Amino acid sequence: MATSVAQHAPAGPATLGARLWSWITTTDHKRIGILYGVTAFAFFLLGGLEALIIRLQLASSGNTVVSAEAYNQLFTMHGTTMVFLAIMPLSAAFFNFIIPLQIGARDVAFPRLNAFSYWVFLLGGLFMNASFLVGAAPNGGWFGYANLTSTQYSPGLNIDFWVLGLQILGIASIAAGINFIVTIINLRAPGMKLMRMPVFTWMSLVTQFIIVTAFPVITVALVFLMFDRFFGTTFYSVAAGGDVLLWQHLFWLFGHPEVYILILPAMGIISDVIPTFSRKPLFGYAIVVYSGLLIGVLGWGVWAHHMFQVGLGPIADSVFSATTMLIAIPTGVKIFNWIATMWGGKIRFTTSMLFAVGFIAMFIVGGLSGVMHSSPPADLQQTDTYFVVAHFHYVLFGGSMLGIFAGIYYWWPKVTGRLLSERIGKLHFWLTVIGANLSFFPMHFIGLLGMPRRIYTYDPALGLDTMNLVATIGAFTMGLGALVFVVNVIWSRRRGELAGNDPWGGATLEWAISSPPPVYNFSVIPEVSSRLPMWAEDGMTPVPATPPAPVHVPGGSYWPVVAAIGIVVMAIGAILKSLLITLGGTAVLVVSIYAWSFEHFEV
Amino acid sequence: MSDQPAHSDHKHPGVGTYLTVAGVLTVITLVEVGVFYVPAFERVLAPILLTLSGAKFVLVVMFYMHLKGDHRFFKLFFTLPLVIAVAVTIALLFLFGTFGGSPS
Amino acid sequence: MMHAATAHHSSTGLDSRKLAFWMFIGSECLLFGSLISTYLVYQGRSVQGPTPEEILNIPLTSVSTFVLLMSSLAMVLALAAVTRGDRTWSRVWLLATALLGVGFLGFQAYEFASFVHEGLTLRTNLFGSTFFVLTGTHGAHVFIGVVWLLTLVVRSLQGKLGPDKAMNVEIAGLYWHFVDVVWIVIFTVVYLLS
Repeated sequence: MATSVAQHAPAGPATLGARLWSWITTTDHKRIGILYGVTAFAFFLLGGLEALIIRLQLASSGNTVVSAEAYNQLFTMHGTTMVFLAIMPLSAAFFNFIIPLQIGARDVAFPRLNAFSYWVFLLGGLFMNASFLVGAAPNGGWFGYANLTSTQYSPGLNIDFWVLGLQILGIASIAAGINFIVTIINLRAPGMKLMRMPVFTWMSLVTQFIIVTAFPVITVALVFLMFDRFFGTTFYSVAAGGDVLLWQHLFWLFGHPEVYILILPAMGIISDVIPTFSRKPLFGYAIVVYSGLLIGVLGWGVWAHHMFQVGLGPIADSVFSATTMLIAIPTGVKIFNWIATMWGGKIRFTTSMLFAVGFIAMFIVGGLSGVMHSSPPADLQQTDTYFVVAHFHYVLFGGSMLGIFAGIYYWWPKVTGRLLSERIGKLHFWLTVIGANLSFFPMHFIGLLGMPRRIYTYDPALGLDTMNLVATIGAFTMGLGALVFVVNVIWSRRRGELAGNDPWGGATLEWAISSPPPVYNFSVIPEVSSRLPMWAEDGMTPVPATPPAPVHVPGGSYWPVVAAIGIVVMAIGAILKSLLITLGGTAVLVVSIYAWSFEHFEV
Repeated sequence: MSDQPAHSDHKHPGVGTYLTVAGVLTVITLVEVGVFYVPAFERVLAPILLTLSGAKFVLVVMFYMHLKGDHRFFKLFFTLPLVIAVAVTIALLFLFGTFGGSPS
Repeated sequence: MMHAATAHHSSTGLDSRKLAFWMFIGSECLLFGSLISTYLVYQGRSVQGPTPEEILNIPLTSVSTFVLLMSSLAMVLALAAVTRGDRTWSRVWLLATALLGVGFLGFQAYEFASFVHEGLTLRTNLFGSTFFVLTGTHGAHVFIGVVWLLTLVVRSLQGKLGPDKAMNVEIAGLYWHFVDVVWIVIFTVVYLLS
């Protein structure tokens, strides 16, 4: 497709069809970021709806809102959706939009591959959720333990949707991981040394590295499961001498690094937000960066703490207990650094800052329950109960989601050119935080008092009705908060204050350009001489409002979306047990790869 | 089209080097197969074979894939995941009792 | 120093595609590592059916291993030829690499067929499942490599594989050598250490 040369903001093509086509074929990281953000938020609402139904069912003992089978599908899809279709892609929205801006680049290293990742994510998410249409949504938990997932115990299409859907999503993640690693390593502006990069970019780099190393492991686990289900292999077959623990080891080898994939970007976000709203540089930048690196590496050594109850033996239990305790250290260090940043700073409690501080508070609670799990004897009491559910919701919702909201409020003006309402934002914040604590705090007690996970109902004799009801009220409060956020979005589009380049007085490069940025980002790539280019005296060379010379901007391409379609058609063929359709999808993919390779596309 | 690589160069090895490496790889393969068939080596088969194949691995990576003399980022991108993969393999062998350690 | 005119520039002086490809190879280490780990962990646990000692053909596989090793030699010679702009030898060596790869695949196809004939399939036992999935995944990688190489041969015949395209060949070479290196591990661990 054609390349185009732009001097200024893009002239929007007039017709709806043309505009749609320009979005479908876009290779612009900013647009791809917006696509990720909108899509991921929609999945977040879907996952939230699933949570609300779950909580309705559990609001009282012996409830009959949904059947056991429906409940299994709901909690499986809630988990799968929130992890893979909400939090990861919301983080990806930020990776896409913000990283090139923060490092002073015009785009990512491989713009078409970037688009490909998005389309594969969208189609993979739709594929997995299409299972609802045939009443066969995945129902084996987000962690799909063998051999519940075998054809013997799960004869329907549910697990097939799960196995195929996750493999599709894995492709998107690995491709994006490679893209961002190369972008961050290779496309930095002059003077942007690695130790001058914003912490968000650093944490994102570590996250991508974890993605490209951990996802292949779950891919293999899923391939084994797929082969067992489709071709009768014996990987997880006890009768054939197989070991169901193989699944657990492979899954958690991926699954534990995955939780760092989920939290590090949010930690990166607040590491940028807190200094801005404390008017003070991040305390101990290098330590925060090294802690992130350490977490990325140590994260590989703790996986079997998810398996303390399977009988690993005392040596294995002790080793993993020790490594798990160790990893709390770099995590704790970061918390001290954030607090020390605020200490003595000139703090502005904007909504973004509130969410960042909320992150710290809730993540501490989640971290404490996490450290409690690190002791195998204690964990034997806690595992598979609501105590664990409390833990991971504190870190994933109280941590990742609050961090993501902090990022949304912080960077929204950069993306859209308008601020979100602080008034509505504060309402959103309080509803969210109060709701989250109301929902998840009681779960610590509910769990220790004996309520297992993954059950669709419970006995009134447990005496847990009231606490469950409180948890449900909390969930609906969070739901209300989410709606308030949507109202804020609508309000901002119409009445939000115009942001200008730098509404918050930020320190990093993205605040040097207009909001929204021009299509080429920087009219002139700045040269940077400080970690805080916008704050430091002579921190960066100026970026003129218009480019002195025409800037080349690559055009769009449709091969990424076609290739993505090929992949999903392969999966559809598998689900329909149609070799023809699978081969058709393969052919589309192969043709796309060739066409993409030989297409004239100038970065 | 492309970047102007500022040469972290690394002259490519000459044909002579390539042929020498190929020769060494061939010899090692012959030794491996030979050792396999000699009953005397049975007890130490694993360490010997792992060492020999390790040598082949290193030769191909260093010389054919040119990692020797390449920029450290390339080395990092390969070595770190490789180390993780090897560590995980060894850990799994222990966890599944292959070394007669912890039972699975 | 103005960078207005192009989007390119590289913080490290390195080619982005080469960086990307090494990162991909890194991730493949984990892919094959998981497959090999599973093979090793399940070794000796099949409850029935053919075992490795009974069925693996070391002499034959030694030959195919040698074939694959020599294909790596052909590959580096191909890269050298492309780099110096030698059209004829570029094609010769690229084609030789591809053909040696096809040879390897031929050996593997024969091996698979004879195993099936002797009663070892994907579903027979743990050995069958782990062996075929591991070596089959490797074989699929070789197949993709052969297609890639043949594509390069065609490009060369079209006169579109001059020295300016050496990076494309270098990257194909990285892929090819990596696939060879994985086989070195598989040959040792599956065949020789059976």
